[in-house]
Amino acid sequence: MRNLKAIYFKEMKSYFNSPMAYIFLVIFAVITGYFFTRTFFLFNQSDMRSLFNIIPLVYLFFIPAITMSLIAREKNLGTMEVMVTLPLRDLDFVVGKFLAALSLVLAGLLISLVHFFTLTQVGTNIDYGAVFTGYLGIALAGAVYSAVGTFASSLTDNQVVAFIIGIFIVLIFFLMDKMLMFVPAALTGIIQYLSVDYHLSNISRGVIDSRNLIYFASVVGLFLFMTVRMLEIRRWK
Amino acid sequence: MIKVENLSKFYGDVKAVKSINFELNDGEIVGFLGANGAGKSTTLKVMTGYLTPTTGNVYVNDLDIQSNTLEIQKQIGYLPELNPLYSEMRVYDLLEFTGNIRNITGKAFKNSLARVIEQCGLKGVIHRMVSECSKGYKQRIGLACAMIHDPKILILDEPVTGLDPNQIVEIRNLIKDLGTEKLVLMSSHILQEIQATVNRIIIIHKGEIVADGTNEELMSGFMGNTKLTLEIKNAEDSTVKALTEKIPSISLVDTTTRNGSQILHLEYPKEKDPREELFQYAIDSNWVVTEMSPHSVNLESIFRTLTMEDKANA
Repeated sequence: MRNLKAIYFKEMKSYFNSPMAYIFLVIFAVITGYFFTRTFFLFNQSDMRSLFNIIPLVYLFFIPAITMSLIAREKNLGTMEVMVTLPLRDLDFVVGKFLAALSLVLAGLLISLVHFFTLTQVGTNIDYGAVFTGYLGIALAGAVYSAVGTFASSLTDNQVVAFIIGIFIVLIFFLMDKMLMFVPAALTGIIQYLSVDYHLSNISRGVIDSRNLIYFASVVGLFLFMTVRMLEIRRWK
Repeated sequence: MIKVENLSKFYGDVKAVKSINFELNDGEIVGFLGANGAGKSTTLKVMTGYLTPTTGNVYVNDLDIQSNTLEIQKQIGYLPELNPLYSEMRVYDLLEFTGNIRNITGKAFKNSLARVIEQCGLKGVIHRMVSECSKGYKQRIGLACAMIHDPKILILDEPVTGLDPNQIVEIRNLIKDLGTEKLVLMSSHILQEIQATVNRIIIIHKGEIVADGTNEELMSGFMGNTKLTLEIKNAEDSTVKALTEKIPSISLVDTTTRNGSQILHLEYPKEKDPREELFQYAIDSNWVVTEMSPHSVNLESIFRTLTMEDKANA
């Protein structure tokens, strides 16, 4: 736990000591703000659905960009050798990095709460429950994509390659339930269950179902587990 | 104490280290010497738990590296080759982070920090970014990270590469100081470096240990012939030719001339020193001796013999 914290704070410092975090937060705020306000007054609806619809799309590129450096850069710099030879478990190393990336994503969401205050000022009959579950949903989706990105970063020592692999896997999860018409009927149930958007839309509707929570937790767990395995494989090479 | 037992490491078909054995005792400074690609770094990487051995094992104080990796890593300070550092961190933050992982926090960290700043001479750069530091400082920062927990065992992979002569002397003195109470294993492909710093040398060549012993042991084990250069004037060819008959222990390897002098390159077995006879013979033959200099075997020639012997076949 102590080591996990040390890794976490090191990563957070490295995000905020470089332009990375600021660029991410500003652009994230601008893009989500634009898409939210564009339709908010037009449709005259007291909800944040337009925001929750656009954020998964923004994630698609932003999260792999945040996570690409996590492990690939350590390999590239050679600092991986220092990390591995410190008395540090691979699991702490991976989870610490994952949590740092996730924190940055959550910081982006925190900024988008500005729109929620707009809503409380001008809206009527606000469904606070739906806003809460909407945020919960995109936070969980952010966790899944962060875990995927962390895994992608462990596959290579080249950050650009990690970025592309990250986008590719995230895209698969993103598109899965939009491709259902091309899939044999027998498989649609499974594919749909595997898709992030399916669970996201369930939660956003205001229903917190344990099946959805288990889905998010297990996908995050799976990718972090695979990342740890990737680190172990290196030792045997 | 470190015990390396039948250690092998293969990268696919490449056999980087082939079943090597050695033991290191506390308070020793051991030099690990070999040409580039001889298997030095691979051995060190296995010893520090970065790589898993193909066969064999490494024991540190009777714990084996494969099942007690973390426990052993707590006792070891390791400076990898090329000294990778986080360039975007401040020196202080880097040391604090390393200390945190090593479970050194609060007051204990302050004390450790003061110690490594003193030992490694980091006073001027402690609040600088690592990327702003010179190469010599970076090397010392790496060393400070490896020593923050005051380990009993220090493993340094090429610690002086790329430093200027003054910095080399500083690092060398630091290592010597540390070696009085710690077990230090340092690798290098630079002979003079090893010779000047360590009290025991292990030479590795193509993944195998070809020599292991103190400087003196290695020398005496490699008696061979002593070479002697004799520069003479006024020598008649017949007297030069008769030399080897008169003193049978000497063999004449080569003769050259320079500025009217003759230079004889002679060899004789180390245990039979014929220099007095030679001097007498020179007087008898009316030679004017302008130079007589023996070249005793040095570590360099041992190293070259050990690591070059099969270059001709290759």
